[in-house]
Amino acid sequence: MTQELNLTLQVWRQDGSSDPGHFETYAANGISEDMSFLEMLDIINEQLIEDEQVPIEFDHDCREGICGTCSLMINGQAHGHEKATTTCQLHMRKFKDGDTIVVEPFRARAFPVVRDLVVDRSSFDRIIEAGGYISINTGAASDANLTPVPKEAADTSFDAAACIGCGACVAACPNSAAQLFTSAKLAHLNLIPQGQSQRFERTETMVDTMETFFGSCTNHGECHEACPKEISLDFIAFMNRDYVKAKVKNRKLAGQT
Amino acid sequence: MTVLDSKIPSGPVAEKWENHKFSTKLVNPNNKRRFEIIVVGTGLAGASAAASLSELGYKVKAFTFHDSPRRAHSIAAQGGINGAKNYTNDGDSVHRLFYDTVKGGDYRSREANVHRLAEVSVNIIDQAAAQGVPFAREYGGLLDNRSFGGAQVSRTFYARGQTGQQLLLGAYQALAKQVAAGGVELHTRTELLDVVLKDGRACGIVTRDLVNGEVASHSGHAVVLATGGYGNVYYLSTNAMACNVTAAWRAHRKGAFFANPCYTQIHPTCIPASDEFQSKLTLMSESLRNDGRIWVPDAFDDTRSPSEIPDNERDYYLERKYPAFGNLVPRDVASRNAKTVVDQGKGVGTLKNGVYLDFGAAIERDGEEAVRSKYGNLFDMYENITGENPYQTPMRIYPAIHYTMGGVWVDYNLMTTIPGCYSIGEANFSDHGANRLGASALMQGLADGYFVLPYTIGDDLAGRLGEPTVSTDDPVFAEAEAAAHDQINRFMSIGGTRSVDWFHRELGKIVWDYIGMERTKEGLEKALSEIPALEEEFWKDLRLPGSAATLNSGLEKAGRVADFFELAKLMARDALDREESCGGHFRAEHQTEEGEAQRDDENFAHVAAWEWNGTDSVQTRHQEELTFENVALTQRSYK
Ligand SMILES: Cc1cc2nc3c(=O)[nH]c(=O)nc-3n(C[C@H](O)[C@H](O)[C@H](O)COP(=O)(O)OP(=O)(O)OC[C@H]3O[C@@H](n4cnc5c(N)ncnc54)[C@H](O)[C@@H]3O)c2cc1C
Ligand code: SF4
Ligand code: FES
Repeated sequence: MTQELNLTLQVWRQDGSSDPGHFETYAANGISEDMSFLEMLDIINEQLIEDEQVPIEFDHDCREGICGTCSLMINGQAHGHEKATTTCQLHMRKFKDGDTIVVEPFRARAFPVVRDLVVDRSSFDRIIEAGGYISINTGAASDANLTPVPKEAADTSFDAAACIGCGACVAACPNSAAQLFTSAKLAHLNLIPQGQSQRFERTETMVDTMETFFGSCTNHGECHEACPKEISLDFIAFMNRDYVKAKVKNRKLAGQT
Repeated sequence: MTVLDSKIPSGPVAEKWENHKFSTKLVNPNNKRRFEIIVVGTGLAGASAAASLSELGYKVKAFTFHDSPRRAHSIAAQGGINGAKNYTNDGDSVHRLFYDTVKGGDYRSREANVHRLAEVSVNIIDQAAAQGVPFAREYGGLLDNRSFGGAQVSRTFYARGQTGQQLLLGAYQALAKQVAAGGVELHTRTELLDVVLKDGRACGIVTRDLVNGEVASHSGHAVVLATGGYGNVYYLSTNAMACNVTAAWRAHRKGAFFANPCYTQIHPTCIPASDEFQSKLTLMSESLRNDGRIWVPDAFDDTRSPSEIPDNERDYYLERKYPAFGNLVPRDVASRNAKTVVDQGKGVGTLKNGVYLDFGAAIERDGEEAVRSKYGNLFDMYENITGENPYQTPMRIYPAIHYTMGGVWVDYNLMTTIPGCYSIGEANFSDHGANRLGASALMQGLADGYFVLPYTIGDDLAGRLGEPTVSTDDPVFAEAEAAAHDQINRFMSIGGTRSVDWFHRELGKIVWDYIGMERTKEGLEKALSEIPALEEEFWKDLRLPGSAATLNSGLEKAGRVADFFELAKLMARDALDREESCGGHFRAEHQTEEGEAQRDDENFAHVAAWEWNGTDSVQTRHQEELTFENVALTQRSYK
């Protein structure tokens, strides 16, 4: 039968971006182990409303581990301790009765807190806007099968494209670097034939944009450990190689004009 | 007499779209930049439309309540997208996809629209592949296809179990390119609260900034609503938590007819709820039905574990009743049959609220590795949620609400009954009739956004060259902003005792019980008395702590739930008036001897489109007659 847990939560509360913020302690009693972590927070919020207090704001939407909206540092770990799992897919059966759980927002300079546990991750969008696309206007595509894509390239590209843009990699990184995210986005496009013509230009602009927001990578590998989609560190190496090549190739091209 | 003009072009169905494109007025490339278009919603439909319109030169303002376009609910689509490419040489064609979609929709959609959809389906695949969408490929590097949800040809393109994610990333990236180029002004965490009209024509919108609560106006020459479906009126659904009807509904209140609200789709393969705090239901891709066998114990209240129940004491009810299609019958048929056996008391699991989906035979036949390679991520997801290992014990599944075919009425140009206001994607009612086939929503959203709206919008705009947008200082905007403030203040000042979620959950129960998988006159009448009672309580007893000048998700939900109340009433009315069964709308009074949906083509081969008459009056029902010249109406049979 389903077990029930009694837990203590220490939750970060912050009344907007200019408030310094603080921890509040809440009792979470009678939590079913079949519940997800966010359903547990729903219950706390119901209690807060009952007590005429302001509920905790947290980001979430699909609750299926695919939209990348949910976040949270749970006991100091991005998306909690369960490997390859987003917070929305983390279930309470992974906790023990009597546990104290510390819940904080993703912390990074590039992810300012909006309110409570909600942060602003729009710097990721700026990286995409800097070149994370293949320029092909609607209607300009030729028949899809005219461009065969070797299955291996397609599969590896997919492994990279599986990134959900959640930002756990940044939150987990001691330097708040966004190498894992950016390299995943780059590898998705740089590995396949369709992405070749803009490959080096894209690499340079995306990496440069990344660096204006985020810290530098010092190869801790914490990002990969925290990543709910287990994006491989190999993509960072791939990105670094493409970046070096880009510096040469793009300069050469520029010299021709 | 109908006031609805569907503007379906004349001529043979296969030539209508071609002819229409030719006769549509064009906006000269240099003049496009003189038009401003507001696109609300940046899911598949909205992102593809905003990107394509901007590429054409229009000035686009795009809005989403999400923090990034990449979060839209489209991201969750798993199974795939149809395209009549016939790459597999198994006899598929535009005509066959057209035919299957009209038939699958139980003859309640427009032939002309569906044919256009089938025609452009092939372009979508090309476009997406060129954008770098990593569709599944065969060893030769060419695209792979599978058969999906009741189709007898393999026309579904897929990207592992994450087709929606990958297609949305493609559309989002195309949009990001236009944002960077300055062609699209993107407003995230911004919610539409109202559509604004001047002299009967859409001239802009009123929004709320979800971070600081600011209410603002935006004007444009046209407004496009790409705001998704309303499945969350049921509270528990496979939709993302924030999916809602607000944009469509506020447009409805301003004059956009709302069509076929009772056409909602139940998905047969979801994980059953585990307790009352369940916040949403998780879909298990329908592709699982290709290899899984569905059964329940023969005996009532059988408490044995599935492995202890021998084969001859199991009822593989779909295989038994539908030998030709077996476990692959369409969604509505599979769903209703699951309900029947669960209602009989043969349900499985602690709450007896599911049926088994068993991979034992497939594992024995193909080996665990083969099954893992096909469905590995789905099996992991199932285990993660339920704590049960589906390689060892059958999955438990039950139907859940998944998609809404009804929506804002649009003509062939995708314009609503408000001139200048368009609706695309799941938000409109267009192409799926009474039942949507698997892998067809992604197709429709992208068809509308990439290949239909960008042409059809010019027809109306071309004649308006030189017309300025209405200034946001105009009194029409001030009035709409004042109304938005009033509603917000009203919510904040109720000071009752119950949370928004409580009301939403209670509403959802009524809607699921009476306007769910099976509807009866009696139940619908009950719904029509219970919903208004609960609605009244909502307006009296809602408690909304916090401030309207900050991020306040309770306030966001309150607005959405208020609209769900009004929508739910209209769903009940629509279901009550539609005295027939068709597709997702099953009236128990109208069934064949075999328990199948019994259509009444003589009286109901039409679209019901409802006109708003003010908060205190019931909407007026209008009819758009449907004519079938290319597909003969037959009783669906999957025997
Ligand atoms: C779990 C699941 C699996 C599915 N699988 C498949 C599949 O395999 N194949 C298939 O074809 N279909 C599938 N579907 C259906 C399909 O995913 C959807 O119908 C489709 O993606 C809807 O796209 P859309 O662009 O119309 O809306 P959405 O993707 O829902 O986008 C709506 C957009 O509107 C915005 N918005 C909404 N209201 C407002 C407002 N008031 N103000 C501002 N912005 C607003 C949102 O922020 C969002 O950007 C699935 C659906 C579900 C639930
Ligand atoms: S790389 Fe992983 S952790 Fe980083 S954003 Fe992508 S999915 Fe999230
Ligand atoms: S809520 Fe979508 S990934 Fe967690």
